[in-house]
Amino acid sequence: MTRRNLLLLAVVLLVACALPFLVSNYRTFQLTLVLVYAIALLGLNILTGYSGQISLGHGAFYALGAYVTAILMDKAGVPYWATVPAAGAVCLVAGFLFGLPALRLEGLYLALATFALGVAMPQLLKYHHLEKWTGGVQGIVIPKPDAPFGLPLNPDRWLYYFTLVIAVLMFVLAWNLLRGRVGRALVAIRDQHIAAEAMGINNALYKSLAFGVSAMYTGVAGALSAIAVQFVAPDSFNIFVSIVLLIGIVVGGLASISGALYGALFVQFIPNIADDISTAAPWAIFGIFMIGFVYLMPTGVAGAVRLLLAKRRSAP
Amino acid sequence: MEAFLHQVLAGLATGGIYASLALALVMIYQATHLVNFAQGEMAMVSTYIAWSLINAGMPYWPAFLLTVGISFVMGVVIERVVIRPVENAPVLGVVTVFIALLVILNSVTGWIYTYTIKSFPSPFPKEMALGRYMSPHELGAIGITLVVLLALYVFFRFTPLGLAMRAAAQNPVSSRLVGIRVGWMLALGWGLAAAVGAVAGMMVAPIVYLDPNMMGGILLYAFAAALVGGIDSPMGAVIGGFTVGVLENVLGAFVIGNELKLSVALVLIIGVLLFKPSGFFGKVHVTRV
Repeated sequence: MTRRNLLLLAVVLLVACALPFLVSNYRTFQLTLVLVYAIALLGLNILTGYSGQISLGHGAFYALGAYVTAILMDKAGVPYWATVPAAGAVCLVAGFLFGLPALRLEGLYLALATFALGVAMPQLLKYHHLEKWTGGVQGIVIPKPDAPFGLPLNPDRWLYYFTLVIAVLMFVLAWNLLRGRVGRALVAIRDQHIAAEAMGINNALYKSLAFGVSAMYTGVAGALSAIAVQFVAPDSFNIFVSIVLLIGIVVGGLASISGALYGALFVQFIPNIADDISTAAPWAIFGIFMIGFVYLMPTGVAGAVRLLLAKRRSAP
Repeated sequence: MEAFLHQVLAGLATGGIYASLALALVMIYQATHLVNFAQGEMAMVSTYIAWSLINAGMPYWPAFLLTVGISFVMGVVIERVVIRPVENAPVLGVVTVFIALLVILNSVTGWIYTYTIKSFPSPFPKEMALGRYMSPHELGAIGITLVVLLALYVFFRFTPLGLAMRAAAQNPVSSRLVGIRVGWMLALGWGLAAAVGAVAGMMVAPIVYLDPNMMGGILLYAFAAALVGGIDSPMGAVIGGFTVGVLENVLGAFVIGNELKLSVALVLIIGVLLFKPSGFFGKVHVTRV
């Protein structure tokens, strides 16, 4: 990383730390959700962007993470911060297990299978034998955590900083994972799986690992979203959650870490703007943006930024 | 026993609808090797068009035929305008465009017609002799499905246009050399798929009622049906449709309960993809590396 990039990163972090004191509590809550989305998008990007496996059902892992947190808090009285790693661990295992059969599926077929998972998820959450834990259609309401150690922060700001710390951790983790051996192996499998195999990369292991790690990220995001929203219910995890995540990575930029942030800002704030027109408008606009990006800007916002910077640098 | 028979027959009725939609999926898959995730929403839009026509005072059958025609045009236009530019794009790009189409159709319909559930008329009489086992609408839906299937069979088997379309799907390069306009054949395929989907939508709407999200689950069953039968086999899609319909109803009624019906589709899809990816009637694909 060059010094300029480091400086830029420091400025972004500084702004991120200052923001809650500059905007209203509601905006702070929205910014928390931006961070949550960013983590989830990073997860999906590891799978779809870097390892080239399409998932249209990541909302299922998002839901799983949220439910793990809600159930642990509501039924077992576990403190909220301890539920996040638990949700991550459960999703890591679930993702790895789903990734094993998914190994045999390529491209379109994987998209189909994950789409089915995403569509079927709300019904699974409503299943009446699980109602004891999941609360059925009603879902679970969880309390909002207060700032610990007598910190002079209201709950919204505290939650924002809590999420920010986790997000930074997850981003650093992803950066380290993806720029090294693992990241190169994933990209090699995506671009030329036969050549990758011949180079001694264990395709099956890396692909299911990518699935597991990706699900873990999304699960952590789901857990954080449950804490932030203070509520989980089956119908809030329909197929459109998975579609939002897909939009996020397409708009943000595939196979790009910073793209997760652009995508998260997009999916959080565009509906706010579009809601003024009609309740159905955000989705219509999402759809148009999706097609627009595929046609005109396949590398997403991150790719466009990269291009702009490169142009500026090469200009005299 | 009577209850069982009733479930099987009801399953056949919904199975016919899955078969139609699965057939629409297979038609597009055969021509382009793509799975149209927006097929269900296209059928939903068609059904809304039919609803508008009927509400404007048109009798059922003219409205039915007009809707099929409009849907055909809609399919052709979508192929030419939206799908054509990404024909050779990577899979993710194509899937994204399909999902975008799904989202746009869903939200615009919700925008125009609101999300309140509407009832949709059935063209069949309320009472009939077989009423003990099957409602007239169920019987009618099966009948209509079979008519559509027969018409498609005749079209693809005996008419020059149908043969040209099959040729274009099977071997685009040679077809172009003998003077078939391959691009237009693909567009016609999309049009036909949309028309078949429209029939499925109008047949299912009296059962599940009309709302913008009505096709979500049905599309999933259609995927399962297409995969069970083999994604490149029209005959398989039809048999798969009826199989999935019966399985869904019988399992839902006697084994796992109605709550987990959609999971039947999920398990079927993943199971078929894992253990018999070519389905029961599809071609086994071998790739040389």
